Amino acid sequence: MTPDAPTPILELRDAVKSYGAVRALRRGTIALRPGEVRALVGENGAGKSTLVKLLAGVIRRDGGEMLVDGEVVDFHAPPDARAAGIAVIYQEPTLFPDLSVAENVVMGRHPLKGGRRIDRTAMHEEVQGLLDRLGVRLDAERPVRGLSIADQQIVEIAKALSFDARVLIMDEPTAALSGPEVERLFGVVGALRDRGAAILFISHRLEEVFAICSTVTVMRDGEVVHDADTADLTTDELVRRMVGRELTALFPKLDSEPGPTVLRVERLTREGVFTDVSFEVRAGEIVALAGLVGAGRSEVARAIFGIDKPDGGTVDVAGERLAPGRPLAAMRAGIGFVPEDRRQQGLVMDHSIQRNVTLTRLKALARFGLLRTPSERSLAAEWSKRLQLKYHRLDDPVGFLSGGNQQKVVLAKWLATHPKVLMVDEPTRGIDVGTKAEVHRLLSELAQKGLAVLMVSSELPEVLGMADRVLVMHEGRITAELSREEADEESVMRAATGQLELAA
Amino acid sequence: MPAEAVIERSEKPAGAARARELLGRWEVLVAALFLLTCVVGQSLSSEFLTADSFTTASLDLSEVALMALALALVVVAAEIDLSVASVLALSSAVMAELWNAGLPLELIMPICIAVGALCGAFNGFLVTHLGLPSLAVTIGTLALFRGLAYVVIGDESVTDFPIAWTDLAFGNFAGTAIPNTMILFAILAVAFGVLLHATPFGRSVFAIGANVEAARFSGLRVKRIKVWLFVMSGAVAALAGIVISLRNSTAAANVGQGFELVAVAAVVLGGVSIFGGKGSILGVVLALALLGAIQKSLTLAEGISSYWVQIVIGTLLIGSVLGPNLVRRAREARGSRPTRRGKWPLRRAATPNAPQQ
Repeated sequence: MTPDAPTPILELRDAVKSYGAVRALRRGTIALRPGEVRALVGENGAGKSTLVKLLAGVIRRDGGEMLVDGEVVDFHAPPDARAAGIAVIYQEPTLFPDLSVAENVVMGRHPLKGGRRIDRTAMHEEVQGLLDRLGVRLDAERPVRGLSIADQQIVEIAKALSFDARVLIMDEPTAALSGPEVERLFGVVGALRDRGAAILFISHRLEEVFAICSTVTVMRDGEVVHDADTADLTTDELVRRMVGRELTALFPKLDSEPGPTVLRVERLTREGVFTDVSFEVRAGEIVALAGLVGAGRSEVARAIFGIDKPDGGTVDVAGERLAPGRPLAAMRAGIGFVPEDRRQQGLVMDHSIQRNVTLTRLKALARFGLLRTPSERSLAAEWSKRLQLKYHRLDDPVGFLSGGNQQKVVLAKWLATHPKVLMVDEPTRGIDVGTKAEVHRLLSELAQKGLAVLMVSSELPEVLGMADRVLVMHEGRITAELSREEADEESVMRAATGQLELAA
Repeated sequence: MPAEAVIERSEKPAGAARARELLGRWEVLVAALFLLTCVVGQSLSSEFLTADSFTTASLDLSEVALMALALALVVVAAEIDLSVASVLALSSAVMAELWNAGLPLELIMPICIAVGALCGAFNGFLVTHLGLPSLAVTIGTLALFRGLAYVVIGDESVTDFPIAWTDLAFGNFAGTAIPNTMILFAILAVAFGVLLHATPFGRSVFAIGANVEAARFSGLRVKRIKVWLFVMSGAVAALAGIVISLRNSTAAANVGQGFELVAVAAVVLGGVSIFGGKGSILGVVLALALLGAIQKSLTLAEGISSYWVQIVIGTLLIGSVLGPNLVRRAREARGSRPTRRGKWPLRRAATPNAPQQ
């Protein structure tokens, strides 16, 4: 922070916020200046979301002060923040799928013509102009349904601009985006910055922080612990400030000796989704399934597990042919599946930690048809301990846990089945750096002990850091198989964008 | 201290928290309401707290009580079965027709239950394999099964069932004031209680109701379990049809009109979430006791029209859906202090102990 810096558009000084006995924010100090892209980083539970909610007027602070253009203000509700020119883009866009892009952008503020009728022409022109200024090719008249998450975020940004937002807060906007989509988003962010907007960018992907942000605010345990120019920091330093300790390595890959083939997938096809997917995973191997979002990777995993029924092809686990479309059969054959969306697919959020862990083991925990509570408890306690789960009581709803710990519960419920093959779909999406490294170490250790791991991941560093082999998918087909030595950012991205065919 | 420890540690001692949790349970509230009704009922009429009024009140509620048990499981799985009263009628009609045809009751009764199970399987098939919403399906079969009952027996009724059987259905257990139907109810309540709360099947039902997608991703056979629930609901409804025919010594197609709504009321009043995933058989049993007490006290009370029964039950039903919402809001409000201006803070997106995303 230089002394001659312009007055911040939005500033928070020593803000405090408690939920009951829990102090979510102890010292929130942050300033957003025009033309600045600032990163907000920290582990889950560090207080980032609380800070953002204060800035957006969703919650009110217990202490400290907030300033807009240097003047003390108080936001009572989100409309106050919006009136001050503050817009928040959440990770998952909240749009009306059946309305057009333009209608979503001007929602609540439709341009009107005589008789209070909506002036569609004016609306479409206005929104199209906005989209063009953002430099994106998007038709204002098409419905939102069917747009990618990336395009939906652009619509959210257009919405923010349509009421002249001067501060744009983006909460993990890139979590669900593929490489080129991230590039485009960064282009838009750059354009906004050049027009004098202040942008607060929250991300767990540190390479993005360095790529796009000029300044960074680091939070830990509800406090802002560091505020600096990104140019003055290295990745290691930043990680250290976030976790308050040294990280041995983000990707602690252990060597392991590949054993016999455990999972064999042959010519697996689901019409219109993926075609002729064949590969093997051997015991002790971590095989990554890389590619852009929408390439069909998660769908392949779902079909292997039997959530979706494939139209053709076979799956064998340890030589045993699986009945298609039968998750229970896949599970019995020894497949564990940590799905993409842990809140919707991985966990029953209202149920306790214990009930979630034991959900895959109900039959084994019953004697004479009745569940044995002590066995249930000891199973849950055992796996919670093994995975170093941070919890208060096993009876607490799993929704009380942080994202990283929720993911550990999903892992626990599958490891409790003693699988031969573990499929993990985006195993570290949206979880903090510390837990991320723990999950990576765990996968690595499991592989070393002979588990076959199939990992779907959109994070290139994760793919390159963890995988023994990388399968790259492009538009529903495997376009490359790369060994650990061959795989680098360039080779994976080329295959993922279809510039490299397997045969070539 | 790691970040999670700050978020997840509660400062209350575990014992006090448990006690508060127990007191805050829905079942305790329903039990309290039941006791209150008893006090009020006794003050309205001195006949209320008598063995005789217990016998008649519980007899009147027998069929609804039976159906509510199986229905509770269906609702926990986030489905609903509104066809139960029509299955009851169809069962009664089939019973009458087969009796007229000269079959022995010992054979007729299993056939009736099988017919009910078949009706349930039909509901289950439409819901799971064709993916139709159970609300729509069972409103349809509500009309369909009732119609079938009339096709089977028409406007006739059969009243000449053997006295040994009708006495069994109408009588009390071994010289007590407890009707035999209540013994049957108690047995089924224990059976369904164990099934829901202590078996892998029951646990799966809760998981399906709370998050059907996560249940599927955990290898649970969602469709099969749901079909079984509808089959059970149909079979129990058919059993209730047998009970009502014998108890009244009358089998006809028009019995039990509107029973499905009382059964649903008992289930919801018993704390089973209409959105699935929550509830207990104990709660349903207590809710049935409460309903019975309200009905009896209002019918016994002089100068109060018995139509008030419906008004009171309707109000309770809305209250039982509204109640948990209000309790949650109160808890959230208590979680944070009023701000300087004395207003309650806005808590739209924020929840205490909320996960970070």
